[in-house]
Amino acid sequence: MVDFVTGLRCRECQRAFPAEALHVCDYCFGPLEVAYDYERIASTVSRERIEAGPRSIWRYRDLLPVDDETPVDLGAGFTPLVRADRLAAELGLGELWIKDDTANPTGSFKDRVVSVALTKARQLGFKVAACASTGNLANSVAAHAARAGMDSVVLIPHDLEAAKVTMTTVYGGTVIAVEGTYDDVNRLCAELTSERPSWAFVNVNVRTYYAEGSKTLAFEIAEQLGWQAPDHVVVPIGSGSQLTKVAKGFAELGKVGLLPEEPAVRVSGAQAEGCSPVATAFLEGTDAIRPVKPKTIAKSLAIGNPADGWYALEVMRRTGGSCAAVTDAEVVEAIGLLARTEGIFAETAGGVTIATLAKLAASGAIRPDERVVALVTGHGLKTVEALSGSAGAVPTATIAPTLAAFDAAFDADGDHHHTEEPVR
Amino acid sequence: MSLTVRIPTQLRTLTGGAGEVEVEGATVGEALKALDAAHPGLADRLFDESGNLRRFVNVFLADEDVRFLDGLGTPVSPGQTLSIVPAVAGG
Repeated sequence: MVDFVTGLRCRECQRAFPAEALHVCDYCFGPLEVAYDYERIASTVSRERIEAGPRSIWRYRDLLPVDDETPVDLGAGFTPLVRADRLAAELGLGELWIKDDTANPTGSFKDRVVSVALTKARQLGFKVAACASTGNLANSVAAHAARAGMDSVVLIPHDLEAAKVTMTTVYGGTVIAVEGTYDDVNRLCAELTSERPSWAFVNVNVRTYYAEGSKTLAFEIAEQLGWQAPDHVVVPIGSGSQLTKVAKGFAELGKVGLLPEEPAVRVSGAQAEGCSPVATAFLEGTDAIRPVKPKTIAKSLAIGNPADGWYALEVMRRTGGSCAAVTDAEVVEAIGLLARTEGIFAETAGGVTIATLAKLAASGAIRPDERVVALVTGHGLKTVEALSGSAGAVPTATIAPTLAAFDAAFDADGDHHHTEEPVR
Repeated sequence: MSLTVRIPTQLRTLTGGAGEVEVEGATVGEALKALDAAHPGLADRLFDESGNLRRFVNVFLADEDVRFLDGLGTPVSPGQTLSIVPAVAGG
């Protein structure tokens, strides 16, 4: 077990800390970041070494904050990168790719971060895995804890989608529904972390390690493009952590020599209008993010007080990216558009990404001459409620089991394209 | 009568390990100043140079973020609980 971590460092005041279960600077409350010895990584890592590794995030272990012979692993990562020509044509774009993270073991990108967090937590001696979650993280923590033989305590808002609740409870851990928003749940967990120091809250006291798992999205995209960076990525924003770490991942590829230099990747962010504190600050040209009370169907992004909002703003501005917010109606439309054109069923957060991609393409912020990657981070089966009442949520017709009834129903549907006369 | 301030792990070195401290004050700001008087050094951790709460410090009055209320000027009543919570969590 060899990792290349030299310690933790405060992003704000640069104070150094040991690589333990710490997430906040004792002095200024700033977030702690994992510090690596990049020179040693550069002398070890290579494209060949990665390509010979497992088809999961652990092929990039040299660039992760924990190494382990047997990581807590359900097979997260190395998800398909799908060329999306039909969607590109609809949006007036050129080379467009979808990073399809619906294909992860519990159906969202959260498996990446949880696999890293629980591997580190287990090494640090924790027996209990806990988290505050909008749903996807809950699914992943419960599943990975079961895999690792750890107990889990998952806290969620009381009004989550049914599938996200079942996909958590089935693994047999403790699931607590809290009467409040995600921000209430998060605040409760931040306080619980002080009172239950023997629990690993993946997105609180081991958040420093957890967040690093999102870098693997950038690593995979580059490897799957033949060790080339895209020009532009579109990333949904909840806390802002994923967007920030995707940018860090691309930068690290240059830093350790896997790409010839640090690539210039424009990073754009996507939010739902009903919870858009980061997009609002971006569009107003300020770095003062005002917390909001979320009201959107995109519950996995419904974080009104985003912990990494400032850093996400900084990344989008520094890289020449953009940011937009879309309505719930646009989210539903975009879920249908992605499904119709590319055969990928995204949850509401994916709808936010695709709707924002469409909006930024229409405004010219994303250009047809760019190689673009959009991150679809969770599976549509988790949020089927969002489609209820929309055209895509019901059968075209319900009929008696007779040929005549079929013909009548098929002919009545104007959407289909057939050349033969129906046989009567 | 006083109100209770809940102290996060990161600040307990300044409160002798106590997770809760009783203070007096008519507003959130006054209560936090009283906290600093009782446990010197706390204000330096909570406030920036211009006297505002640091970016990564959240303060909740009866479970509501004081940024949704009147910030440091928010009136407090005896018996209420004020929680100091690191902002960097979640997501």
